[in-house]
Amino acid sequence: MLAAFLASLVEATEALTVVLAVGTVRGWRPALVGTALALVLLLVLTATLGPALQNVALARLQLVVGVLLLLFGMRWLRKALLRAAGVIPLHDEEAVFSSEKRSLSQAGLSTTFGLDTIALVAAFKIVMLEGIEVVFIVIAIGATSGHLLAASMGAAGAVLVVAALGLVLHRPLAVIPENSIKFGVGVLLCAFGTFWSGEGIGLAWPGDDWSILALVAGFIAISAVGALLCRGRADDPTRAT
Amino acid sequence: MRALRPIVQNLIGLFVDDGSLAAVILAWIALWGVVPQSAMAVPARWGGVIFFLGLALILIENVLRTTRRRRLNVPG
Repeated sequence: MLAAFLASLVEATEALTVVLAVGTVRGWRPALVGTALALVLLLVLTATLGPALQNVALARLQLVVGVLLLLFGMRWLRKALLRAAGVIPLHDEEAVFSSEKRSLSQAGLSTTFGLDTIALVAAFKIVMLEGIEVVFIVIAIGATSGHLLAASMGAAGAVLVVAALGLVLHRPLAVIPENSIKFGVGVLLCAFGTFWSGEGIGLAWPGDDWSILALVAGFIAISAVGALLCRGRADDPTRAT
Repeated sequence: MRALRPIVQNLIGLFVDDGSLAAVILAWIALWGVVPQSAMAVPARWGGVIFFLGLALILIENVLRTTRRRRLNVPG
């Protein structure tokens, strides 16, 4: 539930920035209709794929989901680590908001069912793009651990929190420590992915399920070391030669 | 249909950002899946630990390589 909540918090924040830009520049009706359409599609995806996966044999499901979670988690962890070390820039919601507003105000006008097509598609696309990542995490963690409802509730809770904040503040949520959350989610997904893919290929874990906690600690330690090493290399000019 | 293309690309991008990272992870998992643990001379209870250490090493190597490439402005 925690992994789903945090992942959803990051993705919903990114989606909110673009939806706010669409609403501000092109009008709120197409922005909200596009968002609602994407949310319905994401709900349908979760409601159909989640229960279907729960019927697959556990060992096979653990291996497939474990490998996918590991790939997904490593991608997030790698990016968060490189950002923390200053190798790549941090994600800047205010900058994204300004750039989206600029490009949306320059786009032409065409309508579909009386709604601004550009605005409708832009809102739909961003909510789908960011939402698919959340759906994957909810289904992967929920179906494999048998806690699909809890994972879904965690994700839905984060969306509601971000939507409420967006409604009140009417500006991008630049204060959310996105990279730290991404780092945390990356660690959790890597730990679950390592455990489940290991189980799937028949590895024994000391302490069984408790080893997930050790894996979480292990990935935190490794990431801290990695960030330190990267920062050292990024700062040291002699390393480039 | 044009609106769906980035969604499909994003779907692939969910798992593969740096191709070499994904490839080495998959190779590491495949190695453990294919080669019997007894042939690797790894005690059964240490299998998981060594599996994790391999993944940790893969991550560290990848971020260090990326850092070096960024410093040298090498694409990819």
